Amino acid sequence: MCARQCGFGVHTYDEVADRMISDQSKCAGCQRCAVLCPTGAITVGLNPYSYAPNFYWTRERITDLKRQAESGGVLLTGCGNDKPMRVYWDHLVLDASQVTNPSIDPLREPMELRTFLGRKPRRLEIVDGQPVNGDPQVRIELPVMFSALSYGAVSAQAQESLARAAKAVGTLFNSGEGGLPRGLRKFADNAVVQCASGRFGVDPGYLRCSAMVEIKIGQGAKPGIGGHLPGEKVSKSISAARKIPVGTDALSPAPQHDIYSIEDLRTLIYALKEATDYEKPVSVKIAAVNNAAAIASGIVRAGADVVAIDGIRGGTGAAPKVIRDNVGVPIEMALASVDSRLRAEGIRNQCSLVVAGGFRCSADVVKAIALGADAVYIGTAALVAMGCTLCQKCHTGICNWGICTTDPYLSKRINPDIVSRRLIGLLCAWSLEIKEMLGGMGINAIESLRGNREHLRGVGLSDWELEVLGVKGAGQ
Amino acid sequence: MANSIILGDIRASYDFPDAEIDALGSSFKELNERIKLAADKGVRRIVLRRVYGQRYIGTRLNGLPPVSIEIFGTPGNDLGAFMDGHVILVHGNAQDGVGNTMHGGEIIVEGRVGDVLGMSMVAGSILVRDDAGYRAALHMKEYGRTFPSIVIGGTARDFLGEYMAGGRVVVLGLGNRKHRMSFIGTGIHGGTIYIRGAFAREQLGEGAEVAPLQSPDLTYLKAQIEKFGQMFGLSEEIAANQFTKVVPKGRRPYSSLYA
Repeated sequence: MCARQCGFGVHTYDEVADRMISDQSKCAGCQRCAVLCPTGAITVGLNPYSYAPNFYWTRERITDLKRQAESGGVLLTGCGNDKPMRVYWDHLVLDASQVTNPSIDPLREPMELRTFLGRKPRRLEIVDGQPVNGDPQVRIELPVMFSALSYGAVSAQAQESLARAAKAVGTLFNSGEGGLPRGLRKFADNAVVQCASGRFGVDPGYLRCSAMVEIKIGQGAKPGIGGHLPGEKVSKSISAARKIPVGTDALSPAPQHDIYSIEDLRTLIYALKEATDYEKPVSVKIAAVNNAAAIASGIVRAGADVVAIDGIRGGTGAAPKVIRDNVGVPIEMALASVDSRLRAEGIRNQCSLVVAGGFRCSADVVKAIALGADAVYIGTAALVAMGCTLCQKCHTGICNWGICTTDPYLSKRINPDIVSRRLIGLLCAWSLEIKEMLGGMGINAIESLRGNREHLRGVGLSDWELEVLGVKGAGQ
Repeated sequence: MANSIILGDIRASYDFPDAEIDALGSSFKELNERIKLAADKGVRRIVLRRVYGQRYIGTRLNGLPPVSIEIFGTPGNDLGAFMDGHVILVHGNAQDGVGNTMHGGEIIVEGRVGDVLGMSMVAGSILVRDDAGYRAALHMKEYGRTFPSIVIGGTARDFLGEYMAGGRVVVLGLGNRKHRMSFIGTGIHGGTIYIRGAFAREQLGEGAEVAPLQSPDLTYLKAQIEKFGQMFGLSEEIAANQFTKVVPKGRRPYSSLYA
């Protein structure tokens, strides 16, 4: 059992001795064998045989150095930044009503989480009860969507599970930049399709098979970096979705080569609007970087309907470790500064703001909305719901949980019937919790919380941090 | 898909256009709406007159049966972007982004074109009578038996065929144009570039190398030369064996980059 379950080859059966042998050096710590072992014989823990304890030269630093000395190459990794940087969500607390403004019981009274993404007009013109102006909007039933997970990075089964859950709950999944396999085109009304620097699988049918089109400029896990899907992962079906020959490296260049300015971005935004008959909102996704606020302003002025920002804790299927762990800005800070900037410029209504990058729980979502987001993307949290244990081996193409792999043997481990139910469960749970938090604040619609930073207070933050976040300190 | 779809009768067909649109004063959105309106009504041949920089001509027509568009004037950026199955003939020059992420059909330019010609194109063909700007055929792709094809009559600028993953580009070098471009095929990992006229090895980018012409190359080149001649006429004799073939060194240019 354990030998079959482990794609890293930790467990082998020694016929002569008639016993299982484990090569612990290969273990990724994904827990698959321990969870499935019929006799409960396996325990996966931290390797006690380590280098001498050293606060500065940690085990991770030493092993990285040795691997680089041996290979001469760039270290790759998966998942999001795992470094102990300050998590601002944990330094923000929410408000609640007491006496003067009664709280609302969500079990008794209707609570509205429905959100519309898209550019909102300054004033609505209504003829015969119908609005006649305004840009296309996408309706989602709760302000949580699934992040971009491309086919090739994740298995077809994983992508289908996300698509099915999005449809059942009334939210969106995101194709990522690897095209949309034929089998998923029936989920068009719940799909965000990406147009990234590699333009893989971007055909007119693909663009129309969507609720929203997203231009991917950057990703929180690797700002300023493109992606290389290695040739060995480009199987026949991936080649069909990406429209490249089998076995060829799929290179997503670092920049979009037709975009070197806000004006060029405008050219692509309108090319996509033309290609979709102005029927779909166009989103532009960037990584959170130092001048994200100014860039976001440019994106809105370039005609985007949605601005998506991915913070430094955003996940990835593969990224250089040095980039993942060192480049970018925490999403809390980027969100606050972008929202403030767009408000100051009087253009906040012209776009929806979607944020991503390490959302762990419903409280993170509520805090993000109070800071000014319209909705959030969840990637890692959804993967964990699907079975991921964050072993950070996504870049190897081996995923014992069948998620981040294209190996048919491993990807069979995801049964979309079961896994989509788990994802639906997660979103339903978050939805209930969000309603509880809103009710506690005496709010019955998520709209009323959006950008309402009075409902937040900072704990243990310095003046500059409170200033960037635009929140008062607790007790103030 | 490199073969012409309705190239054979394209000129004749324009003698009796089904619709003629004066583009003067129209924004790109208005013009493209008028083109789509005509196409929706069943018009299959459209002549656009006095075009001045309107973008995305042909982009709005996806999903409709093939339409031929003849343009007098200068179309704007992203001519035929995301286009699938239509034919565009430009009497004049075109700007940047011609055939951006194009998926089929044909674009013919009786003049020169700007930068990023045929970027990320997957299928269809582009014929340019004169020169192309920087980074033509950037990240062009191919899939299955379909491949995109670009023929440039004159010469091109730097980064021709950068990141190319598939498809074919032919540079005819007509008029004894000196090829000044550098970084030819930087990062190329699929597809082929054929260049007629001398260039130095130093002009090749990292990842590109020269390979001998084989008989399928000659067949393809002969067909392209003939097509180009039919369209624009040929001022000089071109033989298929006068070309230098540039190909990728490997399909996995970055396989040794990582630990």
